[in-house]
Amino acid sequence: MELIITFIQKAIGQGIAILFGATGEIATEKSGNLNLGIPGIMYMGGISGLMGSFFYELGHQNPSPGVGALIAVVCTLVASALGGLIYSVLTITLRANQNVVGLALTTFGTGFGNFFGGSISKLAGGVGQISVMTTASAFQKKLPGLSELPVIGPVFFSYGFLTYLSIVLSVLMFLFLNRTRMGLNLRAVGEDPATADAAGINVSAYKYAATISGAAIAGLGGLYFVMEYLGGTWTNNGFGDRGWLAIALVILALWNPLSAVWGSIVFGGLYIIYIYIPGLNRAAQELYKMLPYLVTIIVLVITSKRNKEEKQPPASLGSSYFREER
Amino acid sequence: MRMIKRGSISRSKALCIRLAAAVLSLLVCAIVIVAITKQNPLEVYAGIVDGAVGTGRRLWVTIRETIFLLIVAVGLTPAFKMRFWNIGAEGQILMGGAVSAAVMIYLGKSLPNALVILLIFVSSALIGMLWGLIPAYFKARYNTNETLFTLMLNYVAMQIVTFCIVYWENPPGSNTVGVINAANRGGWIPPLFGTYGMCVLLVAAVTVFIAIYMNRSKHGYEIAVVGESQNTARYAGINVKKVIIRTMMLSGAICGFAGALIVSGSSHTISTGTAGGRGFTAIIVAWMSKFNPAIMVIVSLFLAFMQQGAIQIASQFGLNENASDIITGIILFFLIGCEFFVNYRLEVTIKNSPKH
Repeated sequence: MELIITFIQKAIGQGIAILFGATGEIATEKSGNLNLGIPGIMYMGGISGLMGSFFYELGHQNPSPGVGALIAVVCTLVASALGGLIYSVLTITLRANQNVVGLALTTFGTGFGNFFGGSISKLAGGVGQISVMTTASAFQKKLPGLSELPVIGPVFFSYGFLTYLSIVLSVLMFLFLNRTRMGLNLRAVGEDPATADAAGINVSAYKYAATISGAAIAGLGGLYFVMEYLGGTWTNNGFGDRGWLAIALVILALWNPLSAVWGSIVFGGLYIIYIYIPGLNRAAQELYKMLPYLVTIIVLVITSKRNKEEKQPPASLGSSYFREER
Repeated sequence: MRMIKRGSISRSKALCIRLAAAVLSLLVCAIVIVAITKQNPLEVYAGIVDGAVGTGRRLWVTIRETIFLLIVAVGLTPAFKMRFWNIGAEGQILMGGAVSAAVMIYLGKSLPNALVILLIFVSSALIGMLWGLIPAYFKARYNTNETLFTLMLNYVAMQIVTFCIVYWENPPGSNTVGVINAANRGGWIPPLFGTYGMCVLLVAAVTVFIAIYMNRSKHGYEIAVVGESQNTARYAGINVKKVIIRTMMLSGAICGFAGALIVSGSSHTISTGTAGGRGFTAIIVAWMSKFNPAIMVIVSLFLAFMQQGAIQIASQFGLNENASDIITGIILFFLIGCEFFVNYRLEVTIKNSPKH
């Protein structure tokens, strides 16, 4: 029992960063933009939040956790939205190929994260290991009282506020896409921009808004990893391939943010299941880590084979729109 | 202001636009480096040149990075010309590298070197071929999205390589494979006119082959037609499925072979960084060069030059070598963005204000 509770806790802990990325990417893909820059954007978001709170803690004698957390969130949102803006300008306005721009952005963003993560202490005058314990404590604060309940406490209430925010955002994203006029318009843009354009929808504005806000949401996943998961430190390439898992999760969830919630926990579980299978040596553990990707491939193949209309990627995904080219 | 798609553009004008973008990207890179290091910009440029070609060794490293980027870009060309989004070069390189390391470890001590190298080339190409065949089959059969499929396969390959590293690790517990066959150099590509001369020759041969294959052969023509329009291809009697599978096998084989060159020609070990993002950067190189091998050489050289320069500057200032990724990213953004001005022109129309 104890073991199962720990497993669920750890699976959720692994899944939340991926969930942020997937929710952001769903918004982006619904507008017809396949943003492969999300892994880089998550690096940018993570390191920017860390840097913001780092300089705040460095400059104050008694830093307050709340202010540090606020600064971290704002820095993350700004930096990752900037990443989304670069992508948007190049693909929407300049009509560059989306895959090419996305991959360049991931190269840039990952380098950005690792460069500043590895150099920031040097740039700040050699203060040693960067660590923002005070700010991280705000991110790691559990719900008082509720988290001490047996079983229910650790499974449902033992997380920081970003965990709950990620789930709330996914639910809101689902409602936005499926229950509002603007969500309908956004989906129309992703399915058939020419028709949407003819219906009087501002295609570029929707694409920009969805891509930039999607990037900002994804960036929070990087911040979650740095603050709540690592406790306010940075290790180069520590975020690993979670950004690509977020893109995989979009496929697993079939572009539905609600499915992404449980999907993220499944992915989180698959990601760490090797720890819980007895008798594995180190080499075999590495093979188990490919499970999330294999599952995604299987889902991809099955959905393409069944070819059901409501379970396909947005029809215009990956192609840019030029009004005069119809 | 409105944009108009250009019917055609003169070569010199397109070249000017691209050169302008390259110069702009260099300016922005310099601004970024100066902002971080607080150095005189001229010294920064001098540092970049010194880092890239300052010594014989650095020159060879720059050449090595250029040809490795080039061969992957060349390998991706047939797939991309067919509009098959092979984002899986990273995985194909890793698989090729892993198989090369396996041949070196298990046969490198007992067989004659020429035979070992031949086996490395053949087996790495075969595994890369397989890694390209899998997504191609599902694309041809069920129209499975190849971008996402090949992307996922990268990480399957990554885990296989991590598995191999733990399995072969030397010394035990180090989590690295170490230099393979350091004593007898079994399976190492021998030097020619210099450390990487043989690799340069091999990459040049593959590049020339692909240039001829794409422009002068029936296969190359079929690829171009399928890329333009699958319906046209079908109408013309081309077996689209066959072309997709055949082309991806070729593309994967070259990328796998690139992995062999990296492992057997340069690093003599296998690590999760063996592909090092080249599979992704090469996509951009191939795409921006419009699949013209000569331009690919120039773009690869430009990127490798700037990367090595940035690494040198970063190490001078005790900063992290990931600076080179930031520099690469900035250059790529400019080069990608400038294509818009090659394809479209802007026309400023002044609206007449309505008279009252």
